[in-house]
Amino acid sequence: MHGRVKVKSTAQQEEEKRKEREKKLKAFVSARDAVLRKRSAGEHDEEALQLTQQLLSSNPDFATLWNYRREVLLQLETSREKDEVQKLYESELHFIEACLKVNPKSYGCWHHRSWVNTRLPQPDWTRELGLCDRCLSLDERNFHCWDYRRVVVKESGVSVEQELQFTDRLIGSNFSNYSSWHYRSTLLPQLHPQPIHSHRVCEEQLLKEYELAHNAFFTDPNDQSAWFYYRWLLGRGVCVCIFNCLCQLCDLPPGSVSDISNEHNLTVHWTEKYTHRDCALYTGEHRERRSVACVCVCGRSELSVEKSSVLQAELQSCNQLLELEPQNKWCLLTIILLMRALDPLGHEKETLAHFQTLKEVDPMRSSYYSDLCSKFLIENTILKMEYAEVRVFSLSNKNLTTLCHLDQLLLVTHINLSSNQLLRLPPQFAMLQCLEVLEADDNAIESLEGLYHLPKLEEVSLRNNQICKLSDLESLASCTKLTRLDLRGNPVHKTANIDSELSQLLPLVTALSL
Amino acid sequence: WQWLLVTMLSVCVHFPGLTESVIAAACSRVGQSVLHLDRRNYYAGNWASFTFNGLLSWIEEYKQKVQITESEQVWRSLIDEGEDVVPLSSVDSSISNLEVFCYARLALILLTTNTEHEVSEPEEEQHTSDISEPSQSQEEKDSQPISSPADPPVEVEKKITYQKLVKEGRRFNIDLVSKLMYSRGALVDLLIKSNVSRYAEFKNIGHILTCRNGKVEQVPCSRADVFASKQLTVVEKRMLMKFLTFCLDFEQHPEEYQDYTEKPFREFLKNKKLTENLQDFVLHSIAMVTQQTLTEEGLKATQHFLRCLGRYGNTPFLFPLYGLGEIPQCFCRMCAVFGGIYCLRHSVQCLVVDKASNKVKAVIDTRGQKISCSHFVVEDSYIRDEQRQSTAYRQISRAVLITDRSVLPSESDQQISLVTIPPLESSAPAVRMVELCSSSMTCMPGTYLVHLTCSSSGTAQEDLAPVVSELFHVSTIPGEEPSEVLWVMYFNMRDTSALDSSSYSLPSNVHVCTGPDGSLGSDCSIKLAESVFHHILPDEEFCPPAPNPEDIIYDGDGPQAEGPGFDESVNTEAEEEESNQE
Repeated sequence: MHGRVKVKSTAQQEEEKRKEREKKLKAFVSARDAVLRKRSAGEHDEEALQLTQQLLSSNPDFATLWNYRREVLLQLETSREKDEVQKLYESELHFIEACLKVNPKSYGCWHHRSWVNTRLPQPDWTRELGLCDRCLSLDERNFHCWDYRRVVVKESGVSVEQELQFTDRLIGSNFSNYSSWHYRSTLLPQLHPQPIHSHRVCEEQLLKEYELAHNAFFTDPNDQSAWFYYRWLLGRGVCVCIFNCLCQLCDLPPGSVSDISNEHNLTVHWTEKYTHRDCALYTGEHRERRSVACVCVCGRSELSVEKSSVLQAELQSCNQLLELEPQNKWCLLTIILLMRALDPLGHEKETLAHFQTLKEVDPMRSSYYSDLCSKFLIENTILKMEYAEVRVFSLSNKNLTTLCHLDQLLLVTHINLSSNQLLRLPPQFAMLQCLEVLEADDNAIESLEGLYHLPKLEEVSLRNNQICKLSDLESLASCTKLTRLDLRGNPVHKTANIDSELSQLLPLVTALSL
Repeated sequence: WQWLLVTMLSVCVHFPGLTESVIAAACSRVGQSVLHLDRRNYYAGNWASFTFNGLLSWIEEYKQKVQITESEQVWRSLIDEGEDVVPLSSVDSSISNLEVFCYARLALILLTTNTEHEVSEPEEEQHTSDISEPSQSQEEKDSQPISSPADPPVEVEKKITYQKLVKEGRRFNIDLVSKLMYSRGALVDLLIKSNVSRYAEFKNIGHILTCRNGKVEQVPCSRADVFASKQLTVVEKRMLMKFLTFCLDFEQHPEEYQDYTEKPFREFLKNKKLTENLQDFVLHSIAMVTQQTLTEEGLKATQHFLRCLGRYGNTPFLFPLYGLGEIPQCFCRMCAVFGGIYCLRHSVQCLVVDKASNKVKAVIDTRGQKISCSHFVVEDSYIRDEQRQSTAYRQISRAVLITDRSVLPSESDQQISLVTIPPLESSAPAVRMVELCSSSMTCMPGTYLVHLTCSSSGTAQEDLAPVVSELFHVSTIPGEEPSEVLWVMYFNMRDTSALDSSSYSLPSNVHVCTGPDGSLGSDCSIKLAESVFHHILPDEEFCPPAPNPEDIIYDGDGPQAEGPGFDESVNTEAEEEESNQE
């Protein structure tokens, strides 16, 4: 029809493109071979620069070529005046910029750029900073550029204030940016150090940062970057694990501990002043004529009044958000952590309810939440035990999935772990050197590797668990005082000759239930 | 012009606005021969962009209202047996109530001293008087700051004078229609799809603002805005984000709004527990709907706004550099590249209708030529009242201001801002204001071009003057400090967008396109163009991508004529070349 524009068909276009590509490939391969020949011949001349330039501008990720280029540049540098060297490297910077346009995430390019700047007699850091800003405005998560920028900032001595403003700007344009938040967390302690702990941030600035984080997570509570930053803010000074416990078996000079009294109080000097700890010394047994003492120190960092009122306010903010977003996992988890920092026992019930919601809204991580919940429950039980000053530790029916802080249960004589969801007694269980009675009925325990060399263990009850093989019980043989063992309701009873095998394995056990 | 007679036209497009240009380009692209006629000497009709001087002549023309004497005898002789005639209107009455005020001083005056070295021009040169109607000249003189030696030395500041505006007039591109392009609107999609976008450049709108209690402030509409907003409490931030997130896929959650489908959007917003603040933001600045708009429409509008965010920046809008008038011109260019023919200052007097089929078979132009065509596309303003079934127009009130400072000064003075101004009383219409900076290539450096638009309840001046005086400092008393507003023009434009083909009694192959509508986007015009195109050519694709120049195969006799430029001389040459090929 008249007036219609005739256009090449797709096949024609394809064919043309294919030919074009073939031509390019040929040129590339022959240039590459030429360069590699030159390098092996040890030629370091201008021509080498030109050839590598051609190749790198179409493929900036060819690391060998960058290496060769560095060799050539170092060679040329020796025979030139300072001005000329400056020019040589400046043109190199221009060239790298062109390569970065081809691939802004080329390892080779960025590395070469850092190197050129170290060789440059008078590096222009302002220009480099500008380049980084441009790159980051195109892709704010280009970590190559972030890395390079760190080098530039360090070399050019940009002030911390300016850098903080830089993060302000980046976070303002898009707050889903870990890099900026993280950078901020490194800048703040430098700019607003706390008077005593220089690696922390002063309270006044902290309040501003809390506000910034609130703005972010109220705007988008599903964005994790702000939550992580917030956790970092809260975490400064509040150890999420509230126990700082040290248990040590040590040699004491003979005679320093009387054998009559089995408990001595010791004064321990701590290098960190702001934590309050109770110390007690318990004597262990005499072994090989040495007095062995076990020093157990339990304590928890007490929150300062100001700190706790700040955290209280933060808890309120988070609760406010939770009212609006009852299903938000980040909010739930942060609330749990805040509650633990403030009053772990007082908030226990709420914490458990929040864990339940968390498991429902985030089923992918339900095991993580269960383990975390177990940890908190154990911590709470330890706290209670501490207050009551008893040696009996009961954790039955708490839905525990894992055991932790066993190192702090060194002095426990009776432990009850019945009706949980434990799968094993981990090797750390061997820390319970004073343990005499273990009840662990109604779990799903398969492995007993932690019941090993427990010198005072007399009675073990493992009813209704998943112990299948005789070999699983072998570690019990190392517990020399074990006399009572209850294995009812375990698959192991189906093993042939189980009675005789067991009495052979554990000759000291007198009361065995199968 | 004799050659035109031998051309068998497929489509004749008359008075090309945006819709008509798109139809013309689409038809031409698929190989139809298209003749584009316009009685004016500029393109795009009411969609046109003018230089300041061009606008002054346009005002002039409006005042004179030139009547073209119709010579019925000329075309009578051209009508054959079995043909009927449908005359077209020759007077464009789509613009009314035009009024102009000038506040710029007539010459540069340094107020500090009376013996200034800069010579002020004599005062009698009040050229504004010759462009305004007599009834207005009094007002104008009042508003004209008089530079007399008695002026108190208020400030040492160089103000832009009227002379300067005229002298730099070519830097202005003043649109009669004020619209923005939604990043995911029908227009942007079409520009991309058809490759017409290569003919134009665009700038992102920088600020979305609103005016509350007389204060201009930023509307938090994107995630980053909400995060950075200082006016909202954190709970408001959450409520707003929650609501906006819901709007993004509101169709998935009908249970949330089904009880409100028959109720106004505002009530739904209240029910969603948005604070008064947030309701205003959403209703006026994000959805940009009225108090009466029903919930579903409001939700759709909000969704459209949100979907446009982030495609080209933090706001949902683009603006074409050199003004909105560029867009019809781009389509004209595409039409010309594919062989469309353009004639300015040339219009159609009447249509020749075949009585038997009741279809237009030809048109007779103002020079008495009969041009055959199989389809005729025309703008509504050319239709005489006899052919109308309904005359239910609406009107749009418009104001165009030249100012010398931004309504919300910020770090960058080169931002385009959209300001939505909620009505003062609930019955009044909301006013939409677009402030263009000089880097949008629509005004001279140091000035801002401000467009105000609302649906009319009275004349444009009645509707918009209160808003102008609320937002800008307009000096009323001579000798007071200089006005921010240098120049103002008010006018009403007819909005025929509510009309459709059933509103006219015309042959079926006459396609009437409505003029610009009052909405912010151009979706309405593009959708109309597409439906007219499919009516004309049901089996063809609407605006398929134009091929890249390197993929075009030229015939043995050398490359074809490039698309004609936009000035008339080149145009004629191209046309002649075209005709030689016939």
